[in-house]
Amino acid sequence: MNTITIARKELSSYFRSPIAYGVMCFFALITGFFFFSAVQFFLRQSLQATMMGQSVPLSVNEWVVRNVLSNMSVVGLFIIPMITMRLFAEEKRTGTIELLVTSPLRDSEIILGKWLAAFILYLAILGTSVLNMLVLFAYGNPDWRPMAVGYLGLILQGGCLLAIGTFISATTRNQIVAGVATFGVCLLLWVLDWVSQFDSTPLFTVISYLSVTSHFESFMRGVLDTKDAVYYLSMIVFGLFMTSRAMESIRWRA
Amino acid sequence: MIKVQGLTKRYARNVAVDHLSFEVEKGQIVGFLGPNGAGKTTTMRMLTCFMPPTEGTAEVAGFDVRENPMEVKRRIGYLPETPPVYPEMEVIEYLNFVGKIKGVSSANLKSRIDEVMQKTAIADVRNKEIGKLSKGYRQRVGLAQAIVHNPDVLILDEPTSGLDPHQIIETRDLIKGLAGDHTIILSTHILPEVEATCQRVMIINKGKLVATDTMENLSSRLHGAETVAVEVLSRDGTSSPEWVRSVHEKLEKVAGVSRVIAKDSRDSRARFTVESLKDSHVRPELARVVIESGWQLNELHGMGLSLEEIFLELTASKADLSEPAPQATAEEA
Repeated sequence: MNTITIARKELSSYFRSPIAYGVMCFFALITGFFFFSAVQFFLRQSLQATMMGQSVPLSVNEWVVRNVLSNMSVVGLFIIPMITMRLFAEEKRTGTIELLVTSPLRDSEIILGKWLAAFILYLAILGTSVLNMLVLFAYGNPDWRPMAVGYLGLILQGGCLLAIGTFISATTRNQIVAGVATFGVCLLLWVLDWVSQFDSTPLFTVISYLSVTSHFESFMRGVLDTKDAVYYLSMIVFGLFMTSRAMESIRWRA
Repeated sequence: MIKVQGLTKRYARNVAVDHLSFEVEKGQIVGFLGPNGAGKTTTMRMLTCFMPPTEGTAEVAGFDVRENPMEVKRRIGYLPETPPVYPEMEVIEYLNFVGKIKGVSSANLKSRIDEVMQKTAIADVRNKEIGKLSKGYRQRVGLAQAIVHNPDVLILDEPTSGLDPHQIIETRDLIKGLAGDHTIILSTHILPEVEATCQRVMIINKGKLVATDTMENLSSRLHGAETVAVEVLSRDGTSSPEWVRSVHEKLEKVAGVSRVIAKDSRDSRARFTVESLKDSHVRPELARVVIESGWQLNELHGMGLSLEEIFLELTASKADLSEPAPQATAEEA
């Protein structure tokens, strides 16, 4: 109940400032562009394939949906710090954190509420891209199942990065620092996967396992792999747990 | 209602609160007086469960801050030095939010909020954004927030800091009006503030309790000796050093005067600060001396004791209380 109260308060402050609308616009614009270019490319490829006498039509899922979804996950890297940076940093700067901490609330309720609000905003932002997909359904006949799995992947990946961003926001009272650090960490988690190309020693395997990208691939292919879902879920739990540690330290050092 | 025993907060390099012990009865207004950095805020933060004490215990309404923080938090209303408001929220929305997280049942919430807005006189700005309110209003919203769940104990950290004189008087009256229902601790570094609102005062300095007494006792103890500012005009419109010296000597000879300090002399005027002994009323005598010497008396008024002087006064007269001090400093070193 308290969690929901906190989440509602956070959401209403998101939508009262231009942040939410700005981020949403930015995301819709950019995914729209990705969608447009993917469709253009797909049309050219199809035309060529038909002229070459290929009888089986190219898959929309493979050529458009997968492309757009994986581009969206990159855009997510940029929007997630914008969503999470103010969560705790702002409350620490203005002193309202004192109100929350001296109220009969559990730390977990505060943290979950804030993360939930960020998550809902993220879902709303992702939601703007569904319009593009509807266009596909209107003019073509894509398979909805891999598309849904792809979206699930985006949602899980977002939840995990949001949890990390929430933690980072709780460690500073400066929003900008929180935003930049979150972006840095997200980017790092993104590129960690590259090491798997060099070698397959246990160390490199572990490092690449930690990368968000390596777990994202299966979702993009439309495969729901428990192993990857578990990775994201445990990252969410880990991020929120770290946030609770950071809140404890606000208490001891304040 | 509040029982504090040996409360200590130690940071890596300094001790903010040093074995503080006191008790506050139900329904009292207690002033927490001390200079900036005396440990007032830290003590309040420990009482409100914002931070745990390093040592010692604090009990609020029978619940220990460490063992039962949830119960303590339910019974405490807290106004930090800067009111913890969200500038983008409307007043009514903010109170709604605070009421909910403080555990006011949704059936009572609306009537509680109406009542609280009435008490703090903010009903007329209920639909305004808090960020657009004046400082005085924001402070009152802060107070409304602290009492929305009808707590037994109210802790106010410098409730009048940064307000204009008019708003200060309003806030003090407001606090006095709340006294019946709540036990109140308020902190301040301004002496008249305590005199105006509190029944009891606790003076702390460097994290230690220097004195605790009822307001009446303390005032009589402090006002025994007084400091008087005197400004004298010369006849001839100049202020030669010889003349200043002669005034100085004349003032010093008045019975009951312990010390005369020459301040500055400019044009035809000379200013002095006269310190008197305890229980001697030197002002009429000072006036007489000046007039009879043929000078003009331009100004004569009593000066309140500054906080530093109070500490000197109190620590000097209460040697037993300042005794543990050297021991503690040795520990720190």
